[in-house]
Amino acid sequence: MNPPGPGTEIDGFCLGEMIHVGSMASIFRLSGPHGPLPLIMKIPRLGPGERAVNVISFEVCRMVMGALAQGPHHPTLVAFGDIETTPYLVMEHVDGVRLNDWVERAPIAPQEIARLGAALALALHDLHRQDVVHLDLKPTNVLYRPNGDAVLIDFGLAHHSHYPDLLAEELRFPVGNWVYMSPEQALGVRCDPRSDIYALGGILYELVTGRVPFGKPSTIAELRRRLYRDPIPPRALVANTPEWLQEVILHCLEVDARDRYASAAEVAFDLANPAQVALTERGSRHRRAGAWTLFHHWVQTRKFEPAPCPPPSTAIGPAPIVLVAIGPALPDAALFEALRDAARRLVAADDQCRIACVTAVPPAAALRGERDEDTATGRHIQHLLKLRRWATPLQLPEERLTYHVLESENPAAALIDYARMNDVDQILIGPPRRSTPARLFPGVSAQVVAEAPCSVTVVRPRPES
Amino acid sequence: MKLALFADIHSNLEAITACLAHAQALGADRYAFLGDLVGYGADPLAVLDIIEQYAADGAVVVLGNHDAAAVGRPADPLNASAQAAIAWTQAQLGDRQRAFLTALPLTVRDGNTLFVHASAAAPERSIYVTGPAEAERSIRAGNAVYIFCGHVHEPKLYYLGADGRPMPFRPVSGTPIPIGKHRQWLAIVGSAGQPRDRINKACYAIADLERSRLTFFRVPYDHDSAAQKIRAAGLPERLARRLERGA
Repeated sequence: MNPPGPGTEIDGFCLGEMIHVGSMASIFRLSGPHGPLPLIMKIPRLGPGERAVNVISFEVCRMVMGALAQGPHHPTLVAFGDIETTPYLVMEHVDGVRLNDWVERAPIAPQEIARLGAALALALHDLHRQDVVHLDLKPTNVLYRPNGDAVLIDFGLAHHSHYPDLLAEELRFPVGNWVYMSPEQALGVRCDPRSDIYALGGILYELVTGRVPFGKPSTIAELRRRLYRDPIPPRALVANTPEWLQEVILHCLEVDARDRYASAAEVAFDLANPAQVALTERGSRHRRAGAWTLFHHWVQTRKFEPAPCPPPSTAIGPAPIVLVAIGPALPDAALFEALRDAARRLVAADDQCRIACVTAVPPAAALRGERDEDTATGRHIQHLLKLRRWATPLQLPEERLTYHVLESENPAAALIDYARMNDVDQILIGPPRRSTPARLFPGVSAQVVAEAPCSVTVVRPRPES
Repeated sequence: MKLALFADIHSNLEAITACLAHAQALGADRYAFLGDLVGYGADPLAVLDIIEQYAADGAVVVLGNHDAAAVGRPADPLNASAQAAIAWTQAQLGDRQRAFLTALPLTVRDGNTLFVHASAAAPERSIYVTGPAEAERSIRAGNAVYIFCGHVHEPKLYYLGADGRPMPFRPVSGTPIPIGKHRQWLAIVGSAGQPRDRINKACYAIADLERSRLTFFRVPYDHDSAAQKIRAAGLPERLARRLERGA
């Protein structure tokens, strides 16, 4: 098929002038009979030589825009084409001024920045209330309507907590604009609305100073520098920046999402009410952290854990899950009792807590036997029975207990995988066996301790005295 | 074409009646019952009457491990209360119901869609698809664009990403999710008759395969009556409480 151009007709829509061509999509104005809205068509760049993320981002854009309630802060989606045959999105053409126009004229007056920033923060809040995080906030993705309302465009990298996150698989290489990207997003977190607040801080910084806070990184290492290196305070670059504005900006740019504003609405409030901004050391800071603090931050960064994402508005908190790893080898009465003791204490402390009894064994297909217990099914049942025998003395109602026989060549990896995918809160596991030379073969327990995504308690029976 | 999907009904007449009414109101015109029609609950005969009627009209019905146990072919050891319920159920079933359950297939394939109770990797072993590793095995073995299953009582959707690894997603009731044919999907529709995620509403889903959309639903139903019947039948108390608490 020829590339679409002015005059091409797609599903009854007639393409007009091409108004944008980017790495992911081309955008055309639509001509012909008009409805109540001026329209544009966005056609993703697909086919040989184009990146796979273009397809996914098209799917995401359609999903998220289709789910948003009609409102002033994003273009209305009017129609879309089938992804397998004629992918396109038809949406409202927003006739507004791009935030980029102001950025190019920066530094601009604080009052103007406060007006633009507050409108943008309100638009973000509108999005966040619908459980959507934009994740690609940059000056070219923000328009202002003549009445001053901010409009967010391009939801191709957004995250909607009601839909599967199709971009999660692209995590190895953080997708989005690296210039404004939050530290947690650089580490692969895609569900935190406070990531947009961070990007907003970066944009405000640029409007105040005419430069971006962390340069334009081209490698992952440069991108991650923002985890420990603080930006030059805006007042050090533009001396007449008011303290309240610097306070707001640096508050948005905190490394840990929990230290930022909790919602974009709070940012909007502060920008609209400069006299009300609670000034701290951030507002009066006049230079970056010294070498010693920088070194200290750098050391801390090595164990930086991004904040957990706030629950979406519709989430109902699931009960905490404790995984008890039961070895497939011969039962060890003392260890089993010690594991039960530890489990009892956790269960007593939290009546929502559930226990997942898990064992990991080599894949059953490798077994062929004469006797019933040597067949795949027979052996599976034997393992289940063993887990049940372990759990029976706990006397827990059955809805608080589950049993899982994981089949894997690598038992430790299977346990870790299980813990990750089921949001396990804690793992109880026996110690590495004494007979194994620990340095040569660290064993399942050691690997689980090292790599599990949650707390791991190594349970050791008391030696008999 | 709207395909309504029900799993793990477990003799819960109130739940399946509410789900079927909900699906009909939304224009469902095809039906699939993904196993574990009986067990746990107190209305095996009434539930089977309904499903036999749908089966006669062309609905897909596959065998679950509780159904197999009810006709004397247990696949897995059941826990004590499940076993008690199966023993009770066996005494209720007549020849017609036994013949219906005995004749059920483990899987049904329809074009690019596979219906199975548990994992497609080994339908007869009733493996729980509790994580991406099991989901991946089921997707690989199933060799279908869409796998619809049950067994695990909480609704979940797995989709195969570009790197070939399934990603789990916990669906939100009533939100239509685009499920494009260019990927592979495994949907656990959740339990109609015994939900276990602390929400005492029945789970089911509607797939619109022409428009590539899947919507999971939570339907409120009269769980008090269902629980009362379990008590009246002399079945274990915990089975009744489970319906009341949804856990």
